[in-house]
Amino acid sequence: MATLTNEYVQSRIASQFGDKITEQVESYGMLTVTVHHEAYFDLIKWLKEDAEINCMFLTDLTAAHYPDRKEEELNVVVHLHNLPANFRIRVKTYIASAHPHLPSLTPLYKGANWMERESFDFFGVKFTGHPKLKTILNVDDMDYHPMLKQYPMEDQTREDKDNKYFGR
Amino acid sequence: MSTTEKNTTTAVEEKEYNILNLGPTHPATHGIFQNVLKMDGEIIVEAEPTIGYIHRAFEKIAERRPFYQITTLTDRLNYCSSPINNMGWHMTVEKLIGAQLPKKVEYMRVIVMELARIADHIICNSVIAVDTGALTGFTYVFQWREKIYEMYEEICGARLTTNVGRIGGFERDFSDKFHKKLNDFLADFPAAWKEFESLINRNRIFMDRTIGCGPITAEMALEYSFTGPNLRAAGVDYDVRAMNPYSSYQDFDFVIPVGTNGDTYDRFMVRNEEIWQSLSIIKQALEKMPEGKHHADIPEFYLPPKEDVYTTMEGLIWHFKIVMGETEVPKGEVYHAVEGGNGELGFYLVSDGGRAPYRLHFRRPCYIYYQAYPEMIKGGMLSDAIITMSSMNVIAGELDA
Amino acid sequence: MSDIKIAEAPVSIDGPGFSLTSLDKVVGLARANSIWPLPFATSCCGIEFMATMGANYDLARFGSERLSFSPRQADLLMVMGTIAKKMGPVLRQVYLQMAEPRWVIAVGACASSGGIFDTYSVLQGIDRVIPVDVYVPGCPPRPEQIIDGVMRIQDLVKTESLRRRNEPEYKQLLAGYGIQ
Repeated sequence: MATLTNEYVQSRIASQFGDKITEQVESYGMLTVTVHHEAYFDLIKWLKEDAEINCMFLTDLTAAHYPDRKEEELNVVVHLHNLPANFRIRVKTYIASAHPHLPSLTPLYKGANWMERESFDFFGVKFTGHPKLKTILNVDDMDYHPMLKQYPMEDQTREDKDNKYFGR
Repeated sequence: MSTTEKNTTTAVEEKEYNILNLGPTHPATHGIFQNVLKMDGEIIVEAEPTIGYIHRAFEKIAERRPFYQITTLTDRLNYCSSPINNMGWHMTVEKLIGAQLPKKVEYMRVIVMELARIADHIICNSVIAVDTGALTGFTYVFQWREKIYEMYEEICGARLTTNVGRIGGFERDFSDKFHKKLNDFLADFPAAWKEFESLINRNRIFMDRTIGCGPITAEMALEYSFTGPNLRAAGVDYDVRAMNPYSSYQDFDFVIPVGTNGDTYDRFMVRNEEIWQSLSIIKQALEKMPEGKHHADIPEFYLPPKEDVYTTMEGLIWHFKIVMGETEVPKGEVYHAVEGGNGELGFYLVSDGGRAPYRLHFRRPCYIYYQAYPEMIKGGMLSDAIITMSSMNVIAGELDA
Repeated sequence: MSDIKIAEAPVSIDGPGFSLTSLDKVVGLARANSIWPLPFATSCCGIEFMATMGANYDLARFGSERLSFSPRQADLLMVMGTIAKKMGPVLRQVYLQMAEPRWVIAVGACASSGGIFDTYSVLQGIDRVIPVDVYVPGCPPRPEQIIDGVMRIQDLVKTESLRRRNEPEYKQLLAGYGIQ
């Protein structure tokens, strides 16, 4: 079995998924693969189930908002880890905020459950196939997704802090 | 037979369950999270957790604060071992800007981080004992936590939310008073911890209560992305200090304790052993401490000494640029993980070149492994559920962020 | 002479077998030195409270030996830590369940005014939902500061009238919070 290096895994991903991969770069030592959202679930499933690459541990799943990328505003970032061979990889995909649907990773990793709920709560990414997609950290009747760039951090209804004294 | 004919015609009797609300304010759930339990008498059938009662929107705040101000936010994640969070954040920024640190700084960081780990495990283990009814251990062992607080005060001035160190090193070198306090601690604490262990480790009552309580298999723990002592108690020896060594951990010789069946007793014993390992690492770091400066040579990020700011032009300009955030930060994304008190604490930082991060995400171990709590307590009794929760060491600040 | 300080007896006219003083002073003395706190510890200030209860700083010296986690049996609600908007109704319910006389101490910057978390999800001070008697600043306050806060509560308790709940200012204060 060849030792897992970034170049080796990069070539295997390219040969398996070809044109669905938008970009593969090495960012501060970690291979970062940007995949089209249609192949997102298949890529992660393949990374988990391939006998060599074997990324059996889901380190983290989160999201980010890039309002300047038209039709690709929401970014979902998944960090995977192959514990026996100590290989980490980052998979990114972009979806439009008009149709923020992405397949859920809960069939593959049980730990993705709350990570996806947090991404839904903060950014509005809807994961299809998630057992219970509702707000987890914010109040239950929250009607907007607060981490999106257009919303302010402060509570606009507070009376005791005057913005002009706080330099905002 | 007549009885079987009778059984097929009568309806099956419905079992009635109790719905019990555990929390959010409860003396034994250390932190505020709610669990709505469906109970069959004393046995738990189902649990539905609700969290977010202390959601402070750290990630939103981090997008509006310069890098040196985010250290205070990281303090309040796992506040029982805040130096580890601070160092993890500093290392993330240093990875982003590509800073090289002197060995002395890395050894100093190791000492502070291991002291924080000891402090965190002191709280967790004494609280597990309190939840089984043994309050005395807590009162004795907390005095040693005060000694650790005194050491923190020597290096950074604060007790709990330390904001220790800077991007590039420390504000000042360790003083002689700190070394004296550390040597006294290393001399006296082992006896105190041994006393605590002799009280509880082989105690009949404690063992009966905790063995087999809230177990989790290694496969299930990996499925739920467990890390830290909870995963090691299940049998998987994953420790970020060994797998992706940071801050010169590869220079130290330490053992990673591992349990067998992931129950409360194993978690307790793993944390006990980690305290011994941390003491050994601190001793090694003190012996091998190299000479050098207490900070890296990165004037763009490390504040110059105040004498220089008031007398030299360069000092003044650097100070101004750093505080106003005029320094150039590379664009890019970086993920860095450290072994926190509860597991792999990760920082995913996306920088767009500005003075504040574009996106900062904390990979919080408590949040991720608390998902498995309903499954761990299913089929157990209510008192077992309480001890399972305290042995998982769920810190509300890290859970909700 | 030992250096244990004993609480000062109220001004009285004493004689063999009797002591003449006013009832509210005696009751105030008794109340002030036997406060049963309800530690509503949510975050970092809660750990400093644990240190205050520990052997080094020992809040039990001030009569707070018995912590009550049930609001029905508590006198002093110590709110320590950040209160998020999600937690606000829970805090209010706990306060409503407390019986008179009751006092509230807001420990830490987050409970007093929201602290460093000026965000959409954090209540900017618990006095948005319940009336507060003493504010202890700090992030987190040192145990000595928490003890100072409890001593100020003791001053309040000692000098308060016996039936504060019937006074018009108090009723007006509670009405301002929507509490009957």
